[in-house]
Formats: sequence, C-alpha cells, structure tokens
Amino acid sequence: MVYFPTDMDKQIALATEGKAMVPPSKEMLLDWYRQMVLIREFEETCHQLYEEKRITGVYLHLYSGHEASGVGSMAALRVTDHVITAYRDHGIGLILGMDPKALMAEMMGKKTGSSGGKGGSMHLASKDHNFWGGYAIVGGHLPLAAGIALEARYRGKDDVTMTYVGDGATNNGYFHESLNMSAIWDLPVIWIIENNGYGMGTEVERASGQVELHRKAEAYGIKSFGRVDAQNALEVYAVASKAVEYARSNRPAVIEHVTYRYRGHGVSDKQYDARDDMSAELREWIEKREPIKILRDCIESKYGDVGEILAQHQADAQRIVAESVAFAEASEMPSSYEDLLRNTYVASDLVHKTDDSVGAGID
Amino acid sequence: MAARNVAMREAIRRALREEMHRDENVFVMGEEVAYWQGTHRVTRGFLEEFGERRVRDTPISEMAIGGVAVGAAMAGLRPVAEFMTINFAFLALDAIANHAAKVRYFFDGMFKAPLVYRAASGWGNQATASHSHAPEPIFAHFPGIFVGCPSNSLDAYGMLKASIRDDNPVLFTESIALYPKPSPMPDDLDDDYLIPIGKGDIKREGGDVTLVAYARGVDWALGAARQLARDGVEAEVVDLRWLRPLDMELVYKSFKKTNRCVIVEESLPMYSFGGEIAANLQERMFDYMDAPIKRVAAEDVPLPYSKDIELLALPNAQKVVDAVKEIL
Ligand SMILES: Cc1ncc(C[n+]2csc(CCOP(=O)(O)OP(=O)(O)O)c2C)c(N)n1
Ligand SMILES: [Mg+2]
Repeated sequence: MVYFPTDMDKQIALATEGKAMVPPSKEMLLDWYRQMVLIREFEETCHQLYEEKRITGVYLHLYSGHEASGVGSMAALRVTDHVITAYRDHGIGLILGMDPKALMAEMMGKKTGSSGGKGGSMHLASKDHNFWGGYAIVGGHLPLAAGIALEARYRGKDDVTMTYVGDGATNNGYFHESLNMSAIWDLPVIWIIENNGYGMGTEVERASGQVELHRKAEAYGIKSFGRVDAQNALEVYAVASKAVEYARSNRPAVIEHVTYRYRGHGVSDKQYDARDDMSAELREWIEKREPIKILRDCIESKYGDVGEILAQHQADAQRIVAESVAFAEASEMPSSYEDLLRNTYVASDLVHKTDDSVGAGID
Repeated sequence: MAARNVAMREAIRRALREEMHRDENVFVMGEEVAYWQGTHRVTRGFLEEFGERRVRDTPISEMAIGGVAVGAAMAGLRPVAEFMTINFAFLALDAIANHAAKVRYFFDGMFKAPLVYRAASGWGNQATASHSHAPEPIFAHFPGIFVGCPSNSLDAYGMLKASIRDDNPVLFTESIALYPKPSPMPDDLDDDYLIPIGKGDIKREGGDVTLVAYARGVDWALGAARQLARDGVEAEVVDLRWLRPLDMELVYKSFKKTNRCVIVEESLPMYSFGGEIAANLQERMFDYMDAPIKRVAAEDVPLPYSKDIELLALPNAQKVVDAVKEIL
C-alpha cells in the first residue's frame, strides 16, 4: 500500500545520469517538503496521543528534528535498494511510502498495524518497500544490514543497503564487527551514522574515544564521506548520492549525519530531557537549524513563492495523520490465543503442537 | 519492631550506597548510571556523592561491561556492573558464562572474581519481544556464578549486600515491576543485615499446597494464596530467592507437609525453573507426591507489543489459582 508514492523513478533517472550528484528538481524538493511535514505531523501527533494515553507502552522514539537526515539520504536510493534502521523508525517508514494508517495502527497495537500489532513503535517494517525493519537492541540490526547486502552481492545485483545507526550504537561490538565484515566482503552498505549528540543521556564526547564518528571507518579500511549537516536535506542528498554511487560497485561507505532529536530520547526519559541546559540547546537547534525551514528557504530562494503548495502539503499532512488516527482507533486489537501465537514459527510439520499451547505458535 | 514501607528501588539504592561507604573497592559501572542518575533511578545521587572514579558511565558496550567487571574483580576491585536491562546482558553472555563463571575454575583457584552484575528484569508494559525477558534461569544454568532474584525490599537489601561481600560472581536481578513496590523494612536495620546466598524463605505458611516461586512470581503466588484462602485452601509460599544455589531442602520440607506443588515463574516454560524444581521433587519426594506437579509460567511465545495479547501471555495470580484447583 503506497501512500503518496515518492517519485523514485525520476530520481533514479537523475541519479544515474553518470554524475553522482544531480541538482534536485523543483518537484523533488517539493516532495521532500511533503515528506518532512508529514513526518513532523505524524511524530508530534504520536507524542500527543501518548500524553493522552491513546498510544501506550514504554517506548516511543520520535524522528522530529531528524527529518532531513532520512529524506535527503533516501532520495539518493532507487526502489530496489534496501533500508534498515533502529527503533527511531517512524520517519523511515513514512519516507519509504508506507501507509500512515498502518503505521499509526501499529503504534496502537492494532491488527491493522504494519506488524499486526506485534511489533509496535520500534518494529515497523515493510517488505513491499524493501524496508527491513526497525530494531530495538542497540546495534542488533547492523549485522543484518551486512547480511542483506550480502544477498545482493551474492546474486550479482547492484542494489545497496542503506543503514541508519545512532552515535551511541557506534560504541557497541555489533558496529565494529559489522563494519569490518562489510569491508572484507566488499558489501554494498551505506552506513549512515545519525549523530544526534546523545545516546540516551550520554553525550558523544563521553561515550566515544573518536568523536568524529565517521572516522571510525578508517579502522576498517572503509571510505568515509565525512560529516554532513543533516538539518539541510540538500547537503544530505548531495553526499548520499556520492556514497550510493560508490557503494553500488560493491563497497561499503560511511557518512556521519549531524542532527538533533527534538523530543529527547523517548517517552520514558522525559524527566532527564527536561534538563535546563538541554532545553536551551534544543531551542537553539530549533531556531537556527530547523530542517523544514531550511528546506523551505532553499525552495523559496530558488523558485520564488511556493507558499501555496507548501501550505497544501501542510494541510494534507494534517488530514492524512488525522485519518490515520481515526483508522487506527477504529481498528480491532488482537486478542485471542491464536493472535498471540501466530507466526512464532513458519507453519511446519516439525513444529510440535500440544494441547495447552506450549510449543505452538504455528499459523 | 517498628517498620516502614520502602520501595524496592530505595532498598537496593541504600544497600549499594552503604556497601560503597564500607568498602572503597566497591564501585559501580554501567550505561547511564552516573549523569542520567540510573535508568531505573537506583543510582540516583551516586555521582554527586561518590564522584566519577567510583560511579562510571559506560558506552553502550555490554560485552565490555561484562568483561571489564571480570578483569577488575580478578585484579582486586569489587565491581557492581549494571546492565540497563537483562535483555542487554545477552550481548555479554560470553563474558558472564565463559569468564566470570570460569576464571576461578580453569586456573584451579588462582583467581577469584568478586563481582556483582545487576540487571533489571521482567516484562510487561508493552516493551515488546526483545525487551521482554525474565531469563534468570539461563544464567543460573552455569556453574561458577550465583544468581539472586529478590521479591521484596528487605530481601533485596540483604541479598545485594551478601552478593557484594561474597568472593564469587553473582548475577543479581531486579524485577522492574517490583522497583516501585513498597514493602516493610525495620527502622533499626543493621548495616550488616545479610541474607545468606542460597537461603530461601517461607513467605506464607499453609498445609494444603506448596507454591514455589521467586522474584515477581512470589507476588502472584501470594495473591493466589489469598484468593485460595477464601475457599478454605491454605497455600504455603516458598520464595527461593536464589536460583543458584537452590534451596531445595526448603521445598522438600514444605512438600512433605502438603504433598502438592505448583511452581510459579515469570520466565518461559521450556527448560525452565519449573522444570528444574519438578525434576528434583520427583527424584527425591516421589513417595510424598499426591498429585501431578503443575507449572505456571509465561506462554511459550515471544512477547508481543499489543496490550491484550501481552496480558494473555503473562502469568498471574488467577492462573496460579486455576493450577492449584486442578490438583486439589
Ligand atoms: C544492547 C542495548 N543496550 C542498551 C539499550 C538501551 N538503549 C536504547 S536506545 C539507547 C541509546 C542509543 O543511542 P544512539 O545509538 O545514539 O541512538 P539514538 O537513540 O540517539 O537515535 C540505549 C542505551 C538497548 N536497547 N540495547
Ligand atoms: Mg544518538
């Protein structure tokens, strides 16, 4: 179910003209704007719904503030490429064109959710969009990314795997092992380090010996495309295009996106994120480096007044998200034992089913 | 003796803090233990009180947390290393099972590893499959390490102190659901109040059925016992407190009296605590057995996000009552 499909075909054409970086067209920029306001609206609505206990649970990590990082980089992909990320995954799903209704339903644990209510906020995925999912164990998805890229390499395809990883996760063993493996096996992974300054409450400087995170690539013999101002979608796109072109010939690449989380780490950590120095810092990011405003300024400086179109995108975003909330709230919750057990295994004669459900879980 | 209700998190904080004052070699390390004041607020105020040397934030590097604690302990310190939640201790399983639990053995006593791993455990609140484990029995599988799992504040206090003072490595789990739960602690509690490692406790006496549990399972067992009492059934609740060493003698004593047993645990049913207790009972208590031994555990499934089916999967007091009624 593609909602407002991103015009990937056009982008492929542009990005494969022989030059890595093609100047994005007006339509592309407007589409990025559409994606970014949709994400912001979706995330802020999630935040509100959580406050009102209409979304429940303990984990809800929002992408507000990060929009340009995902939008600019995924614009450099073509439809057959792959994407994988951690738990801060709502924006990634939206950019790839997942149906906001299915996403919102997943937030509420409904049957109509993209993962049938089993996964929740941290586990969005869509096979139809080559979106291999959000994952909740820090670093756990990184070797999966290498494995997904291995399939392309193994079968002689030139699809790349774009992988988002937090600054904090770069200090985890998974990161080192996965990057190294991608280097020795020549795997087409673009490792995008989303450096938002913190892993929960720990500043990068207190967690990593090498504070220029992209330089970790050197340790594995991987090419780094440097540090990017990831509040500026155009810069993100320019660098991602180069990295994608490079990775397409079976080589891993690293990019560091410098960004900021507007809503703290997640809903369970509000207390800490309310720290005074952090809110001052946040204010500064919002005032000076707001990604939606930066993009808007870019568009307007080049194409003059597009206020009407942008306002339309904003209104559409509000309508789409409101519809997704209504859809999610009207949807049914999974509630039976069958719902609980389904898909523990692929259906198989080998799965032993006993009378009182122990060892069951077949569909 | 006057007593005051204290949340389990406060009892743990107090034990840890007192042990740090008592012994300069005791220090804490883990993710967010210092500046963030502890993910579960157990180490709140520690950074200010003890400073960065003894309250050490780590990166998100579980393998290293697990292994650094072993090295530091071998060298003579007494680390208390925190896994933010026990789900992340899986990343450190090698350090725990192959190093903490074995350095003494494979060098035939040359070294010891007097460390404590603290880990918040359990499931609920839609934390989703990878964040919803109560895998204490997995860690208790390995000889060379002790495993302690308190069910109330006073036990947590005395068990943690004993763990820190012991020369063996201990994995100490703290049920997230019990952190805020108040239970009585005597006002004039002695700083040296220790609960011996491997000693279980009778949390309620009764002659009709033995309910064996630990940690959060004790809550469900006690809830079931109250419900059963209304129907005239008196359940005895045995809180084993430690999964290793395991106080089977206490279970046998109770079982000789009741001849019936239901085992309650928060963890998964296969290769489990329940299986271990039941196997021991049938080997040693066969002649006293009047009914099949029942087990109440989580459903055999990864835990889903969605609220209703999550609750379906979890054990609770009613499931314990139902199991008891089947064998009366
Ligand atoms: C192995 C593991 N350890 C700890 C955690 C708890 N945790 C969840 S997110 C997080 C911080 C990650 O920070 P970063 O990688 O910078 O990503 P961000 O949240 O900033 O996007 C931590 C410590 C976890 N989920 N998995
Ligand atoms: Mg971060």
